[in-house]
Amino acid sequence: MTSHILSWIIFTPLIGAFAILFIPKSSARMIKWVALLATAIVTALTFYALGLFQSSEAGFQLMERAVWIPQFGVQYLLATDGISFPMVLLTAIISLVACYSSFPHVRVKDAREKEYYFLFLLLETGMMGTFLALDLFLFYVFWEVVLVPMYFLIGIWGGPRREYAAIKFFLYTLAGSLFMLLGILGVYFAAAPHTFDMTQLVGMPRGLLFQQIVFMAFFLGFAIKVPIFPFHTWLPDAHVEAPTPISVILAGVLLKMGTYGFFRFSYPLFPEAARWFQPAMAVLAIIGIIYGGFVALAQTDFKKMIAYSSVSHMGFVLLGLAAMNADGFRGAMLQMFNHGTITGGLFLLVGVLYDRAHTRELSDFGGLGAKMPRYAGYLTFFALASLGLPGLSGFVSEFLSLLGAYQYSKIVTGLSVVGIILAATYLLYAIQRVLLGKLNPKWAELPDIKTPEVLTLVPLMVFILAIGVYPRVILDYMIPTLDGLLKMIKV
Amino acid sequence: MGAIESLRYFVPELILLGGAFAAFTLDFFLKQKKIVGEFAIFVIALAISFVEAPVKPLPLFSGMFYMDPFAHFFRYLALGAVAVTLLVSLGYGPLKKRYAGEFYGLFLLMAFALILVAAANNLLMIFLAVEFVSLLSYLLVGFLKDDPRSKEAAIKYLLFGTVCSGIMLYGMSLLYGAAGSIDLLTIGDVLFHPSMKPLAAAAVLFFFAGLGFKISMAPFHMWAPDVYEGAPTPVTAFLTVAPKALGFAVLMRVLGLTFWNYAPVWSPILVILSILTMTVGNITAVSQTNIKRFLAYSSIAQAGYILMGLAVFSQLGDESVLIYLLVYLLTNLGAFAAVTLVGEATQSDSLDAYAGLSERSPVTAAMLAVFLLSLAGIPPLAGFIGKYYVFAAAIQVNFITLVVVAAVNSIVAAYYYFRIIRLMYLVPASGPAFTAPSKALTAALWLMFAGVLALGIFPGFFLTRILG
Repeated sequence: MTSHILSWIIFTPLIGAFAILFIPKSSARMIKWVALLATAIVTALTFYALGLFQSSEAGFQLMERAVWIPQFGVQYLLATDGISFPMVLLTAIISLVACYSSFPHVRVKDAREKEYYFLFLLLETGMMGTFLALDLFLFYVFWEVVLVPMYFLIGIWGGPRREYAAIKFFLYTLAGSLFMLLGILGVYFAAAPHTFDMTQLVGMPRGLLFQQIVFMAFFLGFAIKVPIFPFHTWLPDAHVEAPTPISVILAGVLLKMGTYGFFRFSYPLFPEAARWFQPAMAVLAIIGIIYGGFVALAQTDFKKMIAYSSVSHMGFVLLGLAAMNADGFRGAMLQMFNHGTITGGLFLLVGVLYDRAHTRELSDFGGLGAKMPRYAGYLTFFALASLGLPGLSGFVSEFLSLLGAYQYSKIVTGLSVVGIILAATYLLYAIQRVLLGKLNPKWAELPDIKTPEVLTLVPLMVFILAIGVYPRVILDYMIPTLDGLLKMIKV
Repeated sequence: MGAIESLRYFVPELILLGGAFAAFTLDFFLKQKKIVGEFAIFVIALAISFVEAPVKPLPLFSGMFYMDPFAHFFRYLALGAVAVTLLVSLGYGPLKKRYAGEFYGLFLLMAFALILVAAANNLLMIFLAVEFVSLLSYLLVGFLKDDPRSKEAAIKYLLFGTVCSGIMLYGMSLLYGAAGSIDLLTIGDVLFHPSMKPLAAAAVLFFFAGLGFKISMAPFHMWAPDVYEGAPTPVTAFLTVAPKALGFAVLMRVLGLTFWNYAPVWSPILVILSILTMTVGNITAVSQTNIKRFLAYSSIAQAGYILMGLAVFSQLGDESVLIYLLVYLLTNLGAFAAVTLVGEATQSDSLDAYAGLSERSPVTAAMLAVFLLSLAGIPPLAGFIGKYYVFAAAIQVNFITLVVVAAVNSIVAAYYYFRIIRLMYLVPASGPAFTAPSKALTAALWLMFAGVLALGIFPGFFLTRILG
């Protein structure tokens, strides 16, 4: 089992999904627990793999290799390193949390548990595969496998405008990934010998013009997923309409697939193009940070505000990527992880409120701090983490990103800092409108947060606090690989 | 090879021919027409069991019937398509009223005719075989003679088909006049001379008209939606795959053997026709309200993707056509099996009948969703392998415009395939759950479902067997 640990991580959810197909529709309890068991096993396996993972090594580890389609030299090639492993860990935790938080949620919606948990587990397989595949063809397959369950999860269990949001998400992402497929084929035919194997493709010489064109093709695929301005318009729709657990997955994991793609594929394969596009990436990062922040500030819907704050926070990942130096990369990588835990938590908290009040209008609330003191505490914790309070994880990663950007361009850094101020503004303003002020008599009977709901938040808080106090707990896993990447693309 | 000697290699075809006449005879004596259908399936199975892969190309009947690996592949394709169509027909209600026996017999003849097309290697055989298929198709389309739409479809098909065949025949006469031979290779040698260029260009265009009709290539696609809508559903299923596949087979042979020297002339034309076909198909499919028309336009669009493989005219391009045809056959027959099932249960071909299908018949809905996703080219399903192949073939020879247009078309296509998926899963049901469908139909569904998954997940296994 040790030698196939990555395969087990990817396919355990799929086994769970097929197990669910054989459980009769009526035994909803059993379906739920099987799903939770599968995600729990994946998390356990991930921690087991963490023990096997050599944090000091820069190269690929736990590699699995088998021929899949000999005609095209397509391999079943899995491996992990300091870039993908944190993402796998994030996926495992977020999936577990999201699965558990689905328990009360799906029951409300006409009891289609069987379909829900089947699709949920299929989604987890897709996400894990995306982060672990090192063969471009295999990567593309997993990348697309994520789309279909997501369409259904938003489309069936989402809010009032779910159908529109679901198809918009699907078509946007499909458009991007089709161009990525063309880019993948371009890379394949340009390589001698023809191969999809990342371990061989890295370091092959490619002409600058070719690099630029194919970088653009990959960029479309990744940028839509992140999402980078101006490809972000699917995000508010999808995030707002999706049910809470799916919003958590969207924000927590799916957005990272885009930035992960830059780290894993775009930069190592097209280093010269990456350098050529560096200013453009920096500009897009600033636009994302500032534009996302201002739009978040203007929102009256709590969930939509968090959705737009994602655009802003993911801008810091892009900023670190654009810096192309050690601090920037570390900041970007860490921000990917932190944004997953923090925004995931915020979506859960919005969900808690929505389940009780059935509205998300910020102006409808007020004075809930006295009525729901424990809820207020959790919300404040996550909001402070999100706005970058020192001592919590958001601060570390954004600081590192800015530190990296400073070495690249002072103007870029100066403009990006505005995003932190904006974050403080919209988050504190939201807290003020929800928790402080006069209590709206409509909410006089609102019960405080319950233990099951707290249970979904605690694992995230552990990471936020631990990374905030001592970032090396996770940075140590990333640094050797990131330094290796930097050395590779500098030449 | 002489006629008597050839018979040894002609066993499966003889079985089909004998089986067809036996089916017609059985039809006279049997009250239970279903048995004729089962007999027909048995005949196909028997024929398949006698199929042998040719070690080297066999010019049977003095070269009139040319059995090479290429024809061998299409032989399997034709037999498979007919077998599945027969399974679907067994669960198709309107057929039960009368003449069902004749229907099954005609399909056995059809299998024979399709193999003839695949093995045709000269102008005479090509024309005869293609006409044989066409005549049978006219009969099958108009088979429900009490149904006015079926009759209308048959007449339209007949008129359109005759004109297109006439045009192709004219092209053939030009070639024969120039070369004095009906053999494709010999004509190719004569055309090699540069002075033959205008004639070759004209002839290739006439071929595009005649065969373009068979493969529903724009602008010769007008007949398709009306015919597909009016024909009995199993016949529609069959027409969207088998004659189309064989049309591609002939086109590949003719282009490869006769017109190979003029690829710079016809390749750009095919690129344009490919773009036109996929765009017309996709754009028109978006607004359809009848499932059969909807799938008709989708199948026109799919023909456009397959044309990509033909247009690039490379080894990979030819391979991509073969793979795509197989993929498309599995997926489309599967989708039509589901359509037949829903049509039987709701007595409707309207898209509205699909509302809430996931509640009324979860298994059918799931399978139809998989078939539609495969048509949209989502991995890890068969359709993705086909799409991947044609994209790869186009990228290899740097046909960037073509491949970008195809990618944009795929997005439009995904949109309308998801219209059906949306209806099935996101819209509440409008009626009660389905009663159990016929066993044959269920078997056809499961077979195609397994094929779509297997080809998508283990493509290597199939590619090795098809391409060697």
